[in-house]
Amino acid sequence: MNDITDEVKPTEVIKDAAISMRGLTKEFGEMIAVNQIDLDIKKGELFGLLGANGAGKSTIIKMLTTMITPTSGEARVWGYDVAKERKEVRSSIGVVFQDPAVDGMLTGRENLDFHGRMYGMDASCRKARIAEVLDLVDLTEKAEVRMQDYSGGMKRRLEIARGLMHYPHVLFLDEPTIGLDAQTRRYIWQYIRNMNKELGVTIILTTHYMEEADFLCDRVAIMDNGKIVALDTPEHLKDLIGSETITLETVEGKDALMQILQSFPWIKSINASNGTIELQVDHAQSRIPEIMLEANRNSAVITSVSLHKPTLEDVFLKYTGRKIRDLPGSGSSMANMMFRGRG
Amino acid sequence: MIKDLYAIYSIWLREMLRFFRLKSRLFGSIASPFFFLAFLGMGFGNGASLPGIPPGIGYVSFLTPGIIGMTLLFSATFAGLSVLWDREFGFLKEIMVSPVSRIAIVLGRTAGGLTTGILQAIIIMLSGILLGMKVPSLQGFLLSLVFMVLIATTFIGLGLAFASKMEDMSGFSLIMNFLIFPLFFLSGALFPLDRFPPVVKVLAYLNPLTYGVDGLRYSLIGASAFSPAVDFVILGSSCIALLSLGAYLFDTTEVN
Repeated sequence: MNDITDEVKPTEVIKDAAISMRGLTKEFGEMIAVNQIDLDIKKGELFGLLGANGAGKSTIIKMLTTMITPTSGEARVWGYDVAKERKEVRSSIGVVFQDPAVDGMLTGRENLDFHGRMYGMDASCRKARIAEVLDLVDLTEKAEVRMQDYSGGMKRRLEIARGLMHYPHVLFLDEPTIGLDAQTRRYIWQYIRNMNKELGVTIILTTHYMEEADFLCDRVAIMDNGKIVALDTPEHLKDLIGSETITLETVEGKDALMQILQSFPWIKSINASNGTIELQVDHAQSRIPEIMLEANRNSAVITSVSLHKPTLEDVFLKYTGRKIRDLPGSGSSMANMMFRGRG
Repeated sequence: MIKDLYAIYSIWLREMLRFFRLKSRLFGSIASPFFFLAFLGMGFGNGASLPGIPPGIGYVSFLTPGIIGMTLLFSATFAGLSVLWDREFGFLKEIMVSPVSRIAIVLGRTAGGLTTGILQAIIIMLSGILLGMKVPSLQGFLLSLVFMVLIATTFIGLGLAFASKMEDMSGFSLIMNFLIFPLFFLSGALFPLDRFPPVVKVLAYLNPLTYGVDGLRYSLIGASAFSPAVDFVILGSSCIALLSLGAYLFDTTEVN
């Protein structure tokens, strides 16, 4: 498995990129958190950094948002150098941090108002824009409530609204749905998608939720130990894993069925053990009726059929040799609460 | 430049909103200087002069400028240290990632700390007058405001310097017990410095608050240990030094 994890092919150089990184590295003492990253992100792209906690995703975000300085290498955001042109970088970006960064003593509107002033927006401009972004995340009715009384999901939505308030070119979302329930996560996904597709904002998000990256991102970079080990669209990444798998449980007529199946040209491989048959197939969904028909004709009794499509989880497993759920600190949301901010 | 002024105003406004919303903090921060003033003042009375206090000056009159100094010391150091709260609650990131210069952030905080500190100091001054201190002249009052600004700015700088170097709140009680209280007791706020043995007196002379309290005494009751010019120069210098130090350390801080 190691032969593929060592080096990833050189990334394509994108002209006029929203973000470009060359040899970007961050060391904390002995530990290399981010190791020689070369990566270009297109304007208008919804890009995902996928990896376990500690893979280096948040460190990249912190460097790109000027919160910490790179040890070596270079990164440009909207054409500005993150180490030398901090102010220009800061004016070009919006950031939603992993942990809440709101003032609970202030209302939602006051938090947005504060933000607008910090970005030099005048009063009438702020007023109009606050109404707009509140509407975007459905928080207009909660605008006058102090944020200490907001739920986790509401805080996150307000922060997304705030990140957009000053019309940034690039929006950074660090683990946007961490610690949120499934329903709220769906809502947040919808908001993120709308912002990208309708407003054209370039978005970079980090996540360790495979389905989040799969659902949202145009392209995904899988990170492991400070390096990018895979980079492509979710579809292409999943194609690398290969075809889909159909698993049949049989009680009778297995051998006869096997013979018939072996004659189908669209079946790429067959594995049988005990009463189970595993088929590697493309477009598996549309092949199942055919299989059932043949089984019936040959009096084979199938007790269950299951279909497994490759997921980003499989891709992650292939490239890192581990399941993301096996890794410490990326399990339950309780563990996430306890390890927050270390990713 | 205009944008920075806007940012300073924004940070100041936030401090004001927070200050007036946190009623417990508002009363809590004014309560302890008030009790010091009221109970020490009542205990010693305003009549008979104590040894070391210039004749004709009652103890409440002597004590009030000292307690004003105390109020400013505590509220200003807290204002500087409040960066720690923002760090703890994540809000510091929101400030640090905005395109506002670090110096504007420092000035905004200083403006906020100054306003709340001086507001509290004036409440203490009024309490002192109720307890028997003579009403100061307008000139005296205005001069006392100058000293108040200098005291507050000095200790906001100090608080900011500590907050920039501290990771979390764990060192807070250490700072309270080993820095703020000694600064208070060594400032001559409660009794004349002459009462101290020579070694301790040297420490008192190294304390910027000593000159602040002395300057306040000159402004409000017309009696002081040093000349007001000396007070002004020494306090002014430490004010510039500590605020610069605080601003420098804050500027170099990284937010994780």
